[in-house]
Amino acid sequence: MSSLQVSNSALAKSRRQIEQSEKEGNALFGFWVYLMSDCVLFASLFATFVVLRNNTFGGPSGAQLFNLPYVLLETIVLLTSSFTNGLALLSAQRRKLQQTLVWLGVTFALGVTFLTLEISEFHKFALLGDSWHRSGFLSAYYTLVGTHGAHITIGLIWMAVMAVYIVKRGLNNPLVLKRIRMLSLFWHFLDVVWIFIFTIVYLFGALHA
Amino acid sequence: MLSGSLFLQLFIYLEPYTPNTMNAKYHHLTKPVPTPSSVLISEHQPPAKFKHYVIGFVSSLILTVSAYLITVNHAGNKWLLFIILAVLALTQFIVQLFFFLHVGREFPPRFKLMLTAFMILVVLILVGGSLWIMFNLNGRVMPSTRQMEKYMNSQDNL
Repeated sequence: MSSLQVSNSALAKSRRQIEQSEKEGNALFGFWVYLMSDCVLFASLFATFVVLRNNTFGGPSGAQLFNLPYVLLETIVLLTSSFTNGLALLSAQRRKLQQTLVWLGVTFALGVTFLTLEISEFHKFALLGDSWHRSGFLSAYYTLVGTHGAHITIGLIWMAVMAVYIVKRGLNNPLVLKRIRMLSLFWHFLDVVWIFIFTIVYLFGALHA
Repeated sequence: MLSGSLFLQLFIYLEPYTPNTMNAKYHHLTKPVPTPSSVLISEHQPPAKFKHYVIGFVSSLILTVSAYLITVNHAGNKWLLFIILAVLALTQFIVQLFFFLHVGREFPPRFKLMLTAFMILVVLILVGGSLWIMFNLNGRVMPSTRQMEKYMNSQDNL
């Protein structure tokens, strides 16, 4: 009789856990739906860019404007931040608080570096008179790369808020872990979008010379 | 909700209290939890491993740098280079999708994978369709007919 009760309570417990993890899985899937619809936004901006890439209106073309080693540096910084973000998630899943915060901090620093590189590049172009007013090509370029940069900015704000949240609630809270996983999906997704910006905007642009 | 409770019932029905015959797929679900307050966190896919992130990172790095080197030292057929760069980008896309975003690593039903495949279809239609229309635009504006040319010739100011 008592063993039956024990197994009943164990059953109830595993039932609760399944319910809990199923809710979490639904939330993560919902977030994935958001990311996939964000792809549509980026796809339309990519299509616009490709259509307008030769409409320089006497202004500079991509090959004249872009500094490829600089862009490679940006790419590697973002890729590394994606990797360290994965390490932060792994540490969080192993309930290692300090390690999680360190990796999140590294990711944040790399993200800020990326954003700084990108904004200083925009700034340099704008100072030379090549702002989005200059041509259709530059309008499309700033819109596409700027939208990615805006996502990165939001991701960085999210990451800062997440660090505070982790410190306050600890890693044994399922809500915290769920949000860390969402953040990591978001950050990896931005890196995936950057592959195509790197290839289509910068590398194809350089080849078009 | 309905499918959720159905899943629950199925799960409980399928899960005997005999660890040896347990479905390996659900094994991590029934493992003893490390602390009383901790909860299961990844039941829809096998837990991510350090190895996956390292493989993803190193191969992405190699693909990025080789794409860069090919572009900088470009020689030969331009179209071939475009194709090589596109293949490198797509490879990196798949690598990151699998190793970083864990698409395709979940247990069936693989809704995440299905949604991703659908997204790729939508993006292909959106981008491919837009480019198809825009690049054919010059050829598809109203052609001048003989009648129109006659009219235009009759007008001095046209």
